[in-house]
Amino acid sequence: MLEEFTEKINIAFKKLRGLATINEKNINEPLRDLKRVLLEADVNYKVVKSLMEQVQKKSLGQEVIRSITPGQQVIKIFYDELKKILGNSTSEFIMRPNNPMTVMIVGLQGSGKTTLCVKLSHYARKKGRKPSIIAADPYRPAAAKQLEIMGKATNIPVFSRITEDLILSTKENIEDAKKSGYDIIIMDTAGRLHIDEEMMDELVELKQEVVPDEILLVTDGMTGQDAVKTAVEFQKKLDFTGIVITKLDGDAKGGAALSMSAVTGKPIKFIGIGEKLGDIEVFHPDRFASRILGMGDIISLVEKAEHATDRERELQKKLKLDNFTFQDFYDQIQQLKKMGPIQQILEMIPFGGKSLKGLKIDDKQFVKIEALINSMTKEERENPRIINGNRKKRIAKGSGTNIEDVNRLLKQFIQMQKMLKNFSRFGLKKFGKMQTLFGGI
Amino acid sequence: MKNEFEKLKDSLSKTRKGFLSRIIGILGKKRKIDEEILENIEQILIEGDIGFSASMSIIENIKEKFRVNKECDSDNLFLFLKEEILKMLENSESFQEEKLGKKPWIILVVGVNGTGKTTTIGKLAYCYKNSDKDVLVAAADTYRAAAVEQLDIWRKRANVDLIGTQQGADPAAVVYDSVKAALSRNVDVLIIDTAGRMHTKVNLMEELKKVKRVIAKIIPDAPHEVLLILDANMGQNAINQAKEFLKATKVTGIVLTKLDGTAKGGVIIPIKLELGLPVKYIGIGEDISDLEIFEPKRFVEALFSF
Repeated sequence: MLEEFTEKINIAFKKLRGLATINEKNINEPLRDLKRVLLEADVNYKVVKSLMEQVQKKSLGQEVIRSITPGQQVIKIFYDELKKILGNSTSEFIMRPNNPMTVMIVGLQGSGKTTLCVKLSHYARKKGRKPSIIAADPYRPAAAKQLEIMGKATNIPVFSRITEDLILSTKENIEDAKKSGYDIIIMDTAGRLHIDEEMMDELVELKQEVVPDEILLVTDGMTGQDAVKTAVEFQKKLDFTGIVITKLDGDAKGGAALSMSAVTGKPIKFIGIGEKLGDIEVFHPDRFASRILGMGDIISLVEKAEHATDRERELQKKLKLDNFTFQDFYDQIQQLKKMGPIQQILEMIPFGGKSLKGLKIDDKQFVKIEALINSMTKEERENPRIINGNRKKRIAKGSGTNIEDVNRLLKQFIQMQKMLKNFSRFGLKKFGKMQTLFGGI
Repeated sequence: MKNEFEKLKDSLSKTRKGFLSRIIGILGKKRKIDEEILENIEQILIEGDIGFSASMSIIENIKEKFRVNKECDSDNLFLFLKEEILKMLENSESFQEEKLGKKPWIILVVGVNGTGKTTTIGKLAYCYKNSDKDVLVAAADTYRAAAVEQLDIWRKRANVDLIGTQQGADPAAVVYDSVKAALSRNVDVLIIDTAGRMHTKVNLMEELKKVKRVIAKIIPDAPHEVLLILDANMGQNAINQAKEFLKATKVTGIVLTKLDGTAKGGVIIPIKLELGLPVKYIGIGEDISDLEIFEPKRFVEALFSF
């Protein structure tokens, strides 16, 4: 299923990658594919709609980055918008020093609140704090018992005395915890439906009485479209401070949780990734966006390509002098190599809109060219005309090739120089033609 | 960005008008099936967690149906839409509370974490007990802390017996004991609780297979029923869950829980379409009697309400 998903997004990206220009017409279909991918990841319908509108608007008005195709830029815009919705940057769970802090854990039934309480305690303890847990769920059978057992097993103190008056006994438990010197006090509340007025009012009262420093809304990462309604209702009543997404150790994309952050504007602080004590992670929007897309590698390639543009500009300046040398060629190859396996890079490079899939270029071809250039002296690289018979012999010997290879390279290089003179600007875009020239080597 | 979010939030927090009145509102102006209407239908279907593919095929059918006669009234469209979805859920309709063909009738309950397995077992036990059956429940969730205690409270409410052990024991051993006990005590129904497990965890799915083998070793055609518990809040991931649990345990039916919230549980439609798995029961609350036989017609009505 996960492969299926990646396949789908691949198809959408492939359609985009091939686009040499972007207009309202040709961007429509790939964007529809991406919309589908998001919906199948359970991202909320309205969030998807507004996201896609943004992507379309920005894609049509984009600035051109020379080293990647316009279509790839759309992918980048898509990724950036996704990240923006997720909160852009990591929102740390701040534990103020020298001050007891209370955290209220809320959410629907079965979202993983109790497990989170224990994990969060473990997290706090690792940061040098003294955590304790208050059981505040009088409804689910054996809920307090579950906390007691888990507390015992993990050596985290649990205050589980619950009387008829939940608010009062919770307050007393918190006082006890504070007196005992615990400085992170985590309250495990009962699971409840956001439309259950009575139960929601109980939380509101608890909040008013306890005044917690943080209220974390816990959501199952496998939740569907309804998640936003839950989030909005909890926000209206409680104005929680952060979101925790649980059960992300499966193959769920967690798109619904993404939407919760978008509609409430509240940050996602943690994700739960397993049943073990340490299976809790600080949430990073960029990583999660990659998870939704299932294609972190493409994104990083696009980013690398953007980084590389500065170097490219430098090269272009030089190339404008109509004096393309072996040294420039060599630099160009190094530049490409830095970006990753050449085959992968070349697939990203536009070849007049044609897909490169059938064309097999392996790094070995470049190794040969590199070896040949490496065996040249500095002088020979700057001025290939001086390469005579003796020099050719030496270069062939030095690079482990033969005279024919040297001749071919020279011939093709001179052709390339001529060709380059015809272009006032030279960027990676024309590299395709260079590649064709060197196809024989 | 704030503004976009604010707008989005407003549109979400507004109470959704009934589907019918929305469609009537649009049709009142146009009386014609156009993109706007189709987009509205798409939104309703997707927000009900029916998923992209199933939603699209429903919309294609609407297009096809109203291709010749583009003029239509809302009643017609609404009726057609409901029929389309009902057709997709076909065969589920015929399900009645099953006659227990075998004694003991063995029901294995499986699902991912937090879907409501233990609660559902309490309700099921109560249900059978009320129809004068001897019921035994087995606490084979030996992983989660206090899972046995939780089931123990439920079975007391249902007034049935429990076979259990401590946390950390081998679930297969508990299952073995419980099947043996069901035989020797000559009970009508044995309901086995299992630990919640992510469908992607190979070792835990293997453990489940082993549980099933242990049962079949004693009674070859058992378990007679394997119920997969799905939370109505689940999104499209429920399809993967159903696939994996089906592979491991030959699931015979679904119990859709937590339908008392605002979630519609529409993912059961692609699950029915793709895997042919019917929904048998629905959970609609936290009381022991809050379990009902699944009725497709009511489900479809609910899909378009609120």
